[in-house]
Order: sequence, then C-alpha cells, then structure tokens
Amino acid sequence: VTLAVGDRVMTNARNPPRHTRLPRYLRAKPGTIEAVHAVFPLADEHAAGRTLLEQLYTVAFAAADIWDIDAEPNCVIHAELWESYLVHS
Amino acid sequence: LSTADNEHVHDHDQPGEPGHGGATSAALSTRVNALVAGLERRGLTSETEIAATLERFLAGAGPNNGARLVARAWMDAGFKSLLLADANAAITQSGLDLSHWAPVKIRAVENTADVHNIVVCTLCSCYPIGLLGPSPGWYKSEAYRSRVVREPRAVLREFGCVFRPTSRSAFGIARRNCATLSSRADPPAAPAGPKHNLRNSSRATPSSAFPFYNDARGT
Repeated sequence: VTLAVGDRVMTNARNPPRHTRLPRYLRAKPGTIEAVHAVFPLADEHAAGRTLLEQLYTVAFAAADIWDIDAEPNCVIHAELWESYLVHS
Repeated sequence: LSTADNEHVHDHDQPGEPGHGGATSAALSTRVNALVAGLERRGLTSETEIAATLERFLAGAGPNNGARLVARAWMDAGFKSLLLADANAAITQSGLDLSHWAPVKIRAVENTADVHNIVVCTLCSCYPIGLLGPSPGWYKSEAYRSRVVREPRAVLREFGCVFRPTSRSAFGIARRNCATLSSRADPPAAPAGPKHNLRNSSRATPSSAFPFYNDARGT
C-alpha cells in the first residue's frame, strides 16, 4: 500500500490496446483517495489470462473535474481503481 | 438459461461490442446458445450442469436478503456500525451464506439528509445478485450506465426521486472485487420529508455478480 486516505492522485492517461478497468472518462483526472481496500487481481491482466495482485482503492472525483461546467453541482464520483492507474500528486 | 442471457455478457468496453443496451435479448440468446453448444461439444460443461448451477445460486438470492440487512441496521445501532465498517462481517453475522458467491468485498454506505448514494457499473453490469436478486434491465442498459455519471439528478428525477439542489450526490462505481450497498438513513416510518423521498431504499453492487461467469474465480 503506497497511498493513504486523503492523498491527492492523478489517474494515468493511458489508452491501452486491451482491457482495462480505468473508465475513459476518468483518465488523466485528479482525485482523492477515499478508501484503501485489499489486494485484488488486476482485471487488465486477468483478462489476458494472467494474475497480478494489486492494491485496490476507492478514489473520489469531483464531478466538475470530470465534466467541467456541464457537471451537476455537488456531485462526487467514487470509483474503485487499482494502484497502477494512479500517480501521487 | 434465461438468467444467464440477462446477466452476463461482461466487459463491454471493447471496441465493436454492442453492450447491454445495444443487443436485443434475441441476439444475446443466440450468442449464449452458440457458446453453450460449443462448450457442450468440447465436453467442458452441459446445459444441465449450467441450469443446476444457476438454480443453486439463485435459490437463496433475492431482494429480501438486502432488505433484511437494511431493516436490521435501522433497528440495531451496533449492527448498523458493523454494516458500515465491515459489511461482509455483518452479512455473515446475519446468517446469510454468500459462500457460493465469489470472494467479494461488499461496502455499505448510508444515505443521509445531505448525501444520496447511487450505484452504477459503467463498464459492465456488476450487481450483488446474492443480496438483491437478478438485476433489473435498466441497471444493465447503456442509457443508465452512461447517463447516470453525467446527469445523476436528471436520471433520478425520471425514477421519481427529487432532491434539494443543495444535496450532494455521491456516486459509487461498481467495480469487480468491491461493492457498495446503500441504505436509507431512517426507516420508512420516520417522517417523510423531501430528503427521504427516495424510491430505492437499498441499492447494492458487487464485484462479481455471477459465480459461473466470474472471471475472478479461483484467484
């Protein structure tokens, strides 16, 4: 576990030619670690028949950081994301 | 195999995939039947075995399970704390046996006067079938999955849920191996102000909805 609750993170901007569980609308976005879960098989690797265990977090994103001025007010998007999607900022 | 038709064609974030909302149930049935026929031809499983697995799994799966947890949390403050802190432990303590379900972490969150939670699996259709029964069609539709993260209040309004503009909406995105269970803060007997004007008192989403198709199985 390298990230803690309250840490500010950026999601990566990758566009991999394979399965990933980082939704397109959450790429290269700023968020905050809201919960630290356990280690789970990274879905990206699992889809290719491999097992790679990785730390899972809940990351909170302000809707305005995702949809800009089109966001509804006072909305937060929480996503369960794996460690390799995130960079400490 | 009708349940399998509905429940599982996972991971529609691949290019060219029609997604839950794009494919008709007839088209999905055709695909599932072809898949089952292929598996049978190779001697990997049989229609009978699949039907038995589904029957076993769905036997104890229903919305009454989730409702029981929420109702108990309303009446028992200790249980409510446990449910919010460690939902898996609370579920086990309630005597619900979800061991036939894949290893999954359930997370419970509480709706309050100021926060309303709504759960969506934007990439596929993860749902806690063991706690709520098979998921409704709208939950799996592309319209719900794509719209609710962008205009949650507009979508909720269409469900008949209206909130004060100052209410904060929190969105949990269902992700495999992690799930969210939302519950209303108060029992329905409490005075029903606008803040409690919610149709869906419990909503949960799991990581691995379906053991037969669960790609996390065995890991």
